[in-house]
Amino acid sequence: MKPRYSLFSLARNAMNYHKDWERAWRSPNPKPEYDAVIIGAGGHGLASAYYLAKNHKMTNIAVIEKGWLGGGNTGRNTTIIRSNYLQDPSIAIYELARSLYEDLSQDLNYNVMFSPRGVLMLCQTQHEFRAFQRTAHANRLAGLDCRMVTPQEVKEIVPIVNDDPNCRYPILGAYYQPRGGTGRHDAVAWGYARGADAMGVDIIQNCEVTGIQRDGGRVTGIETTRGVIRTRKIGVVTAGHVSTIMDMAGVRMPIESQCLQALVSEPIKPVIDCVVMANTVHGYISQSDKGELVIGGGTDPYNNYSQRGSFPALEHTVTALVETFPIISRLRMLRLWGGIVDMTGDRSPIISKTPVEGLYVNCGWGTGGFKAIPGSGWVFADTIANDRPHPIAEPFGLNRFQEGRLIDESVAAAVAH
Amino acid sequence: MLVVKCPVCGAEGDETDFHAGGQAHVRRPASHDPAHVSDEEQRDYLFIRINPKGLHFERWRCDRGCGKWFHAARDTVTLEFKAFYGITELPPADVIAEAKGQWAEYFAKRLKAEKQA
Repeated sequence: MKPRYSLFSLARNAMNYHKDWERAWRSPNPKPEYDAVIIGAGGHGLASAYYLAKNHKMTNIAVIEKGWLGGGNTGRNTTIIRSNYLQDPSIAIYELARSLYEDLSQDLNYNVMFSPRGVLMLCQTQHEFRAFQRTAHANRLAGLDCRMVTPQEVKEIVPIVNDDPNCRYPILGAYYQPRGGTGRHDAVAWGYARGADAMGVDIIQNCEVTGIQRDGGRVTGIETTRGVIRTRKIGVVTAGHVSTIMDMAGVRMPIESQCLQALVSEPIKPVIDCVVMANTVHGYISQSDKGELVIGGGTDPYNNYSQRGSFPALEHTVTALVETFPIISRLRMLRLWGGIVDMTGDRSPIISKTPVEGLYVNCGWGTGGFKAIPGSGWVFADTIANDRPHPIAEPFGLNRFQEGRLIDESVAAAVAH
Repeated sequence: MLVVKCPVCGAEGDETDFHAGGQAHVRRPASHDPAHVSDEEQRDYLFIRINPKGLHFERWRCDRGCGKWFHAARDTVTLEFKAFYGITELPPADVIAEAKGQWAEYFAKRLKAEKQA
């Protein structure tokens, strides 16, 4: 049993000059066989393992990671958490996730710094205003705490916003989710890893999957750079690399991998205490606890596995935000990075069984996966444990693409997730 | 920044002068046999994509030049273009030889069909 983090443990370790903190998780060698194996130790993979152990008592499981845990998109996103999507299936899963975030720190005994500081989605054209009104009605029917706000309220909530009615894209109002916000992305991965490890889950890093073994139509194990591991259940949670992993099992995916960039400015005093998304001009912004402005935009338009994005996409994002927040125009940008996101045709995720028995997939979160981590892990664990889709996961099955049952968030979410 | 060259008009420019049009060589099943399109074929046409880590084949449009669509072979890891070729053409033989996985299967099938015809 792992010692709990508490004020008492902090004081005790302070006495020892913080030299005796226990490791947050082990680095075990892979066992020859597990009841289930999750491929990919990002937020979604680790959350799936955590809930498999916690909710379904499956503790003889492993999470296999090619690099280091939380080193992919989990550590590269802009940490926005919200649930005000248009379609009912989306609302169900994103709101499950958002509500789990509310007490995740207590559940994990790890501070994920969930900060429900409010998410404001600007309406900068009449079309966008009406689209968000429609979303507001849909969300109200679903019982979400969201509302439309006037341009005056926008200016009160975000004083640095450009409220000139004569600019090219004037603020006509905004759609506001006060219980949305941000979290600490690394801490989410680390907290789930520590929690899963404490229940006996093996997290095996620096171990790349090279093949998926099958006998007839069912999986029997995986081949890795650290040997063969036998298992009857495999959950693939590899985001941008999902097509390459599923190809090993002969399953073709409705996914394209593209690069999404984000950047942070030099740290400044607090100027913005909520998340603002400007979807028409295509950029979103929030301020970290360190004072950096965290900025994100749209993906590059072509397939990319290099984690390096193109300059035009970046320029487009920054131009849009400078127009919307003129005071940021002279800030220096400190860091810039890219992540490889897995885009589906309808911009909704895939949480599904596959034509191969024992092979499950959770992918397609595209540009908006961080907010969904707890909910995604919750329903994917249930799907794996019971070998049938969790009711909330059911609409997100792979079969929706041939049945035409799309969950279209590409129009509903405008552009940014 | 990608530097793209149009094989139709010869214009060369950065990626903002062109439009990335997604995977190349996708055929609409209904154009060939509208009476017998299965749900699976229609799904494959609309959504299933070859998404390789490495050599990929794409459609691009010469937006600010001649306006024509054309094909390109590009590596998705190094982002390096390997060839530009016409919209009705197959890639040069040496580039086809480098294709792996689903693209290798596709070109093998396509070349075999063309030989028979």
